[in-house]
Amino acid sequence: MTATSAGNATASPGRTLAGIFGAAGPLIALILLMLVGSLMSDSFLGAENLSNVFTRSAIIGIIAVGATFVITAGGLDLSVGSLSALVAGVTIMFMNAAAETLGPGWQLVAAGIVFSLVVGAAAGLLNGVMIVKGRVEAFIVTLGAMGIFRSVITWLADGGSISLDFSLRDAARPIYYGQVLGIAVPILVLAVIAIVGELVLRRMRFGRHVAAIGSNRHVAFYSAIPVNRVRILTYVIQGLCVAVATVIYVPRLGAATPSTGLMWELEAIAAVIIGGTALSGGFGRIWGTIVGVLILGFISNILNLTGFVSPYLNGAFQGAIIIIAVLLQRDRVQG
Amino acid sequence: MFNRLKSMITAGAVAAVSLATPALAADAVIGVSIPAATHGWTGGLNYHTKRTIDRMKEAFPNIDFVLATSSSATQQVNDIEDLMARNINALVVLPFESDPLTEPVKAAKAKGVFIATVDRGLAEEGIEDLYVGGDNPQYGTAAAEYFKKKFPDGGKIVVMRGIPTAIDNIRIDAFNAALKDTKIEVLDMQYANWNPDKGFEVMQDYLQRFPEIDGVWAGDDDAALGAIEAIKQADRKNVTVLGGSGMNKVIKLVMDGHDMVDADIFYPPTLIIPAIELVTMKFATQAPINGRYVLGSPLITKDNAAEYYFPDAPY
Repeated sequence: MTATSAGNATASPGRTLAGIFGAAGPLIALILLMLVGSLMSDSFLGAENLSNVFTRSAIIGIIAVGATFVITAGGLDLSVGSLSALVAGVTIMFMNAAAETLGPGWQLVAAGIVFSLVVGAAAGLLNGVMIVKGRVEAFIVTLGAMGIFRSVITWLADGGSISLDFSLRDAARPIYYGQVLGIAVPILVLAVIAIVGELVLRRMRFGRHVAAIGSNRHVAFYSAIPVNRVRILTYVIQGLCVAVATVIYVPRLGAATPSTGLMWELEAIAAVIIGGTALSGGFGRIWGTIVGVLILGFISNILNLTGFVSPYLNGAFQGAIIIIAVLLQRDRVQG
Repeated sequence: MFNRLKSMITAGAVAAVSLATPALAADAVIGVSIPAATHGWTGGLNYHTKRTIDRMKEAFPNIDFVLATSSSATQQVNDIEDLMARNINALVVLPFESDPLTEPVKAAKAKGVFIATVDRGLAEEGIEDLYVGGDNPQYGTAAAEYFKKKFPDGGKIVVMRGIPTAIDNIRIDAFNAALKDTKIEVLDMQYANWNPDKGFEVMQDYLQRFPEIDGVWAGDDDAALGAIEAIKQADRKNVTVLGGSGMNKVIKLVMDGHDMVDADIFYPPTLIIPAIELVTMKFATQAPINGRYVLGSPLITKDNAAEYYFPDAPY
């Protein structure tokens, strides 16, 4: 299978060094970035700063794990940012409404989580069915969905913000601000999802099917792979990941606004590509995606910590580093 | 097939004309073009615009209104062209950006449309008949005055700017000018895009970078809410947060005596109200109305917060 051979490119004779360098490209970029950061700011390597950036990055990270599945299967989902805003908004409305019957305790939080997962999965299923059964380009379906989700949340919020009742915030707060064994909860959630994702994508049959479909859909079809079902499932996984990310996001500020999740789809896609997943599909790796998310998180962190670059140029700086990170692994992507 | 299509188009045209008839019967049509609800303040603006139009329609049934909300400057230019096609007599416009909107509004003026600009002016003077705005220099000055009063012996503050726009520059320039020759030290300025998530992130990093921060000018209430959460999380004490623009949630915090937020600066999304009212009155009463109408950006404190509190508004 092409996916396997691409994965093993590092071992091919004659270009082992370049291969290893290529495969480890994102890691090397991250290490370089951390070196630069520690040289430029004393507080950069502090436990609190690292924890802040990891925790913040968890939200995009979880979304990007789902995006890795979609992109590996040769698909694309542009609606994840808008979907985050929509799921956050309707979940808050649901929790505010359900508080009367369930009370402001853990039952309400649990109900909110289940509600959020159902909405996320349903939206993903809708995207997937439209793309696979409706045979409309993923780009078009999810571009449309992006506009629809964002408009609906703006309409629901009346253009303002939807906020969690202050009496309910204490119950939900630990999901973002809490710690288990000294590690912030969002980091643990990201770690679990990333490990499960990596195992499913690289070691399980479903994951191999995803890569095979991304590599060549027709060959996969004649190899008796249930192409349609697997493709739809990747969008459902993406929807579930968005829902999990939203569950973590809501307690952070306790509110959803029409600007929630703006451009998250691009950040997630950038992280997936920086991490070495092929944008054209056929090969993906979750660990790379997580490294990509951290690269994006640390760039903006370093820029904020040092004030080294004019804030006008922050975007240019981030863009340049993204391109360099992908250049470092050019051999593998094109090989 | 073709005939069916033709009859459908005819039916559509008849329906369109019959729908348009009440508009033709109106004494005047007022077009209103504002930015879409992309962040909190514009959300408030949309809310007050719709509310005012509804009230004016009720009071003056002979005057009709057409509202267009645009999510970009380019779309707003198209929207204004569409409004012109509907033969409006007056245009109330809050320009997305001054420069790109100047020519289209000038073209409308040349066709004899009465022009009222709101908040952001146009790049050329003398186009509008009426200007209704907030006071952006005062917005920056009021923030500086607040910190001067708060820290008479000097203090270290950090600033969150808005979205890179002309308005943001005017406010920051006035802020810097008012802080000249004082003991207040501005540690750093970064863009937080008037957004709570970005405010949270920028504040977390400021707290890592500076061991001593006495005050934060968040520039906007959305960003201030993010900053407050970051300060709470880091458990830092004695940091004063000043937002701005008058979000009802933040004014409530001021009313209730929040430990970090004891003031806010008003920059009302309500400034669309007098603009629409004045233009309506011009056509309802034939009174000559023109000139400038500038609303203040006063400091809101516990003493006067109740006057600025709209619990029902989305912002």
